[in-house]
Amino acid sequence: MKTTKLLMGALATALLAGQAAAADLTIGVAAEPSSIDPHYHNLGPNNEIRRHMFESLVWQDEAQRLSPWLATAWTPTSNTTWEFKLRQGVTFHDGSEFDAYDVIYTACRIPNVPNSPSSFVIYTKAIAAIEVPDPHTLVIHTDVPYPLLPNELATWGILSAESNGVSEPLTYDRNGCDGVESWPRTASFNDGSSTIGTGPFRFVEFVPGDRLVLARNPDHYKWDVEWETVTFKPITNDAARVAALLAGDVDFINNPPTQDLPRLETDDAVAISAGLSNRVIYLHIDQFGPATPGVTGTGEPETPFEGEGACAERACEKNPFHDKRVREALSKSIDRQAIVDRIMGGIAVPAGELLPPSFFGANADAQPTVYDPDAAKALLAEAGYADGFSLVVGTPNDRYINDARVAQAVAQFFTRIGIRTTIDATTASVFFSRRNKYEFSVYLAGWGAGTGEMSSPLRALVATRDRDRGLGGTNRGRYSNPDFDEMVLKALATVDDAERAAILQAASRMAMEDYAILPLHYEVTPWAHRVNLTYTPRADQYTIAMDIRSVD
Amino acid sequence: MTTQALDPLTVPETPAAAAPPTPLQRFVSDFCESKLALFGLVLFLALIMAAVFAPWITPQDPYDLMQLDIMDGRLPPLSEGFAMTYYLGTDDQGRDMLSGIIYGLRTSLTVGAASTLIALLIGGGFGLMAAYFGGWTDTLIMRVVDLQLSFPAILIALILVAIMGQGVEKIVIALVAVQWAYYARTVRATALVERSKEYIQAATCLALSHPRIVFRHLMPNCVPPLIVVGTVQVAHAISLEATLSFLGVGLPITEPSLGLLIKNGFDYMLSGDYWISFFPGLVLLLTIVSINLVGDQLRDVLNPRLQK
Amino acid sequence: MLVVLIRRLMQSVVVLLIMSVIVFVGVYAIGNPIDILINPEADIAEREAAVARLGLDRSLWEQYFRFLSGALQGDLGHSFVHNEPALTIILQRLPATLELAAGAMFLAILIGIPAGLIAGLKPHSRLGKGIMAGSILGFSLPTFWVGLMLIMVFAVYLGWLPASGRGDTVDVFGVPVSFLTPDGISHLFLPALNLALFKMSLVIRLTRAGTREVLLQDYVKFARAKGLSESRVIGVHVLKNILIPVVTILGLELGSVIAFAVVTETVFAWPGIGKLLIDSIALLDRPIVVAYLMLTVFMFILINLVVDILYSLLDPRVRLGEAKA
Repeated sequence: MKTTKLLMGALATALLAGQAAAADLTIGVAAEPSSIDPHYHNLGPNNEIRRHMFESLVWQDEAQRLSPWLATAWTPTSNTTWEFKLRQGVTFHDGSEFDAYDVIYTACRIPNVPNSPSSFVIYTKAIAAIEVPDPHTLVIHTDVPYPLLPNELATWGILSAESNGVSEPLTYDRNGCDGVESWPRTASFNDGSSTIGTGPFRFVEFVPGDRLVLARNPDHYKWDVEWETVTFKPITNDAARVAALLAGDVDFINNPPTQDLPRLETDDAVAISAGLSNRVIYLHIDQFGPATPGVTGTGEPETPFEGEGACAERACEKNPFHDKRVREALSKSIDRQAIVDRIMGGIAVPAGELLPPSFFGANADAQPTVYDPDAAKALLAEAGYADGFSLVVGTPNDRYINDARVAQAVAQFFTRIGIRTTIDATTASVFFSRRNKYEFSVYLAGWGAGTGEMSSPLRALVATRDRDRGLGGTNRGRYSNPDFDEMVLKALATVDDAERAAILQAASRMAMEDYAILPLHYEVTPWAHRVNLTYTPRADQYTIAMDIRSVD
Repeated sequence: MTTQALDPLTVPETPAAAAPPTPLQRFVSDFCESKLALFGLVLFLALIMAAVFAPWITPQDPYDLMQLDIMDGRLPPLSEGFAMTYYLGTDDQGRDMLSGIIYGLRTSLTVGAASTLIALLIGGGFGLMAAYFGGWTDTLIMRVVDLQLSFPAILIALILVAIMGQGVEKIVIALVAVQWAYYARTVRATALVERSKEYIQAATCLALSHPRIVFRHLMPNCVPPLIVVGTVQVAHAISLEATLSFLGVGLPITEPSLGLLIKNGFDYMLSGDYWISFFPGLVLLLTIVSINLVGDQLRDVLNPRLQK
Repeated sequence: MLVVLIRRLMQSVVVLLIMSVIVFVGVYAIGNPIDILINPEADIAEREAAVARLGLDRSLWEQYFRFLSGALQGDLGHSFVHNEPALTIILQRLPATLELAAGAMFLAILIGIPAGLIAGLKPHSRLGKGIMAGSILGFSLPTFWVGLMLIMVFAVYLGWLPASGRGDTVDVFGVPVSFLTPDGISHLFLPALNLALFKMSLVIRLTRAGTREVLLQDYVKFARAKGLSESRVIGVHVLKNILIPVVTILGLELGSVIAFAVVTETVFAWPGIGKLLIDSIALLDRPIVVAYLMLTVFMFILINLVVDILYSLLDPRVRLGEAKA
């Protein structure tokens, strides 16, 4: 170990020498964007990169609170209309002026991105009409009261109409805007020809798999960025990414593995920044049919299985999870603090809800279920499963921090109360397809609330699956409670913030008291970087180069 | 990984290397000439014994979740746990590394041996057929072999695992699928040489039946190189399984093989918990090297042209 | 000869066709790419729309025939993930892999042949045995493990070489290459060494075996009897006779090195087609996976064909009409 120290000393010297060129920053990232096109693929790495070059009307700060960006102020003028005041004197990277018609042009382009695997239409379809009283004011109409409009306007970046050859004022029409002959292609963003935004960084070069280079926009009105250029290098392998930081190849990395943090903390050349995220790791429980695919030892189902799912094709045994006592027993059997301490290396917080208490709509007093294996055993016996049963728990093994390890720990805890549990861990591509075919009785997954408030997880994970009402998109446990659905819908139509928060809090409490879904922990997101840098941790887990600063 | 690539250990010294069977005694004494090979053999036998008797000699059953406690996770070697001493430390789940390694060795050896044996039977059979019948049979089989060899092993494995789910038998199927073609090629090359020899021509002249010629005359003469190839392929299969685990396919996490233990442990390498990865890596290395040492010597012994 | 060539080409087309069906169906069976590509916040309606946009709502066979008709016109499909033609993306990444493969081959030959020669000439010396033991180690250790160890030792502890990625590139005839810049070389060395280890063991083995065979040949005995110097015997008679098979086999191996660079590229974050393949499999980007495999198979068939033709030209005893592996 002595040699190690010596060498690390040499390394520190090398790093200090590297500081001379401090105006350049190299960031090692775990995942790279699939494209530079800001409206092509609504996914984390793309949205993270987008924020550097293309700005939206509304900014989400490190805690996902809304604050001005291209819009300086906004207010609801009625239940279904909002007025947005736009910033004056903002120019795009090519010198063209920013005004309200750029917003309309962008909203018109979003449905016109061919082959988009995940469109931003979900964030524009609430918009019924846009009026432009003057070039720096927008009046947005929605069909129904829509409190999340400002949140959704934080999700898409504004293109320049003029730079893309549209100089006439456009009229927004959700069924297709007239007056635009061709939209910029996705490829023209990757080579930079269409990559013209208002952001604090300009596009320089994108070599997929190798690097994305951005240069400072010196004229920016909001950020005084100290980096001349910023290079994002994708290094997907965790160990290689940490090694690249230790070797001095990169200055900053995201997602250092939790088990390396103690070692990184003792390294004089490296520092850690970490903060609570909006992501909860949870267990979904199949509460759909009389039979469930991953349970054995419960006997024949009382009625035949009907509907979509693995049990439609093969014989399954009785589903024990309709009994709330069984779900409660599962929750009580898990020592969440032990998982946080032993598996997550302390880089997580035991969860009592689907969003941490500091977020909008969360209950400040929500507590994780207390670990009580004896009570869990008693509940199981009461429900008629004194001898337990066998269970297979599904989990991805490369999607969330330590996902399969957490699932194994959960399996240990279930096994101790008599539910003999095995793990079915697969790579994310296989896992999500199987999950969506309802092949698991219990599965582990995570949810990050993109809007930063409670309606996001409640609507997607707990509300009954309903295509027309837009509910339950990711509710693959198929819990269903009409009273709960009504509350969520009411919240989604309540523009008054305080009133909406109260409804969401009540709805969340209702779901938790019914053990509809079992939250395990909230992820704490770590970043590792050279010791002379600082970073403000973000709840949305994004790495934003504007927030990386050097200290002396 | 590179299993489909030409295997350095099985490169025949010359195509004409297949020897008439050597008397066993001579074979044994030749084999024992190399101390290193003898060491390899003893080591390999010891590892097999450990794997076979795993349930009786391990302090813990690493498959039984009742016996694990995450509160005992990541303890260094020689730590005193709640119920036992962890001589080689524990992994993140509180699994005794010594027990885990012995069970992992059992899984790895099973996977290696089973996949090699099946691939050898299938590939060898097709290779013999191709060589003996020639013509369209040969062309067809060798086209399929070409097709097969152009698939990266990882894709086959990923697709198979996705369709079938994870498990020891699935990884065996995947390993067979990536190895059989290579056998077919090797056996065909050897058999082609044998076929042109006088004794086969003589047998053909005698109008012996096809099966008789193939199984009684052709096949026995292809056995010595097959033994060599087979020995080495076990090592290869074990190594490939580890690589598949590294790439995220492979075996289920609850039934770790040596490869999965290494992969699991590597995440802890930089953090200083070296034992989670180091000891399984060491055992994997010993296993493969011992097998290769034996295979290497076998090849020399079975090649008459190198006899002094 | 022409007839044989045409027959071989037709066989190759059949192989490519079968291959494309297998891969297409195989990747389809793994899962629906939308399940992993879509933002979890998307509702059920948007999920259906996304599936339709990528044409994944059509039947498997309809999807396949659309692909096939495109392929016949040289269009191997658009990447689901990147929204660019699959072929463009692969060709963009190909130079990096070719460079890595060439670097690995170069190292394998540079170190392998002299080492193999020594081991073959002095099989019972300590050095010869040491080389052979080393070659056993070279292919006993899994590539990923060796790669990670190389990073640990040379990048993290010693700090001599960069841990990952590709260095500065310069354009040569419009193709970006990195081996002409000092930074590029320093990035190339570790991954090339990692990829070379296995082939190096192969070269050592082949050279040693060849040397030992050749030494028993009459012409070598004659050469020695004639009183030629040992260096001339080895340099001319031995080396010349072993180089041909070694180089031929290495040529055949080039395809496999390229195909199996996946592990090295994953460990070293090398932006080549191997890493592209792994990423594409993880995201179920079927057009890329299919295009990649079609190209690999095509390359493999081509190399085999060229080798066969060369054989028939060089060695009159081999007639191309005979089936050759």
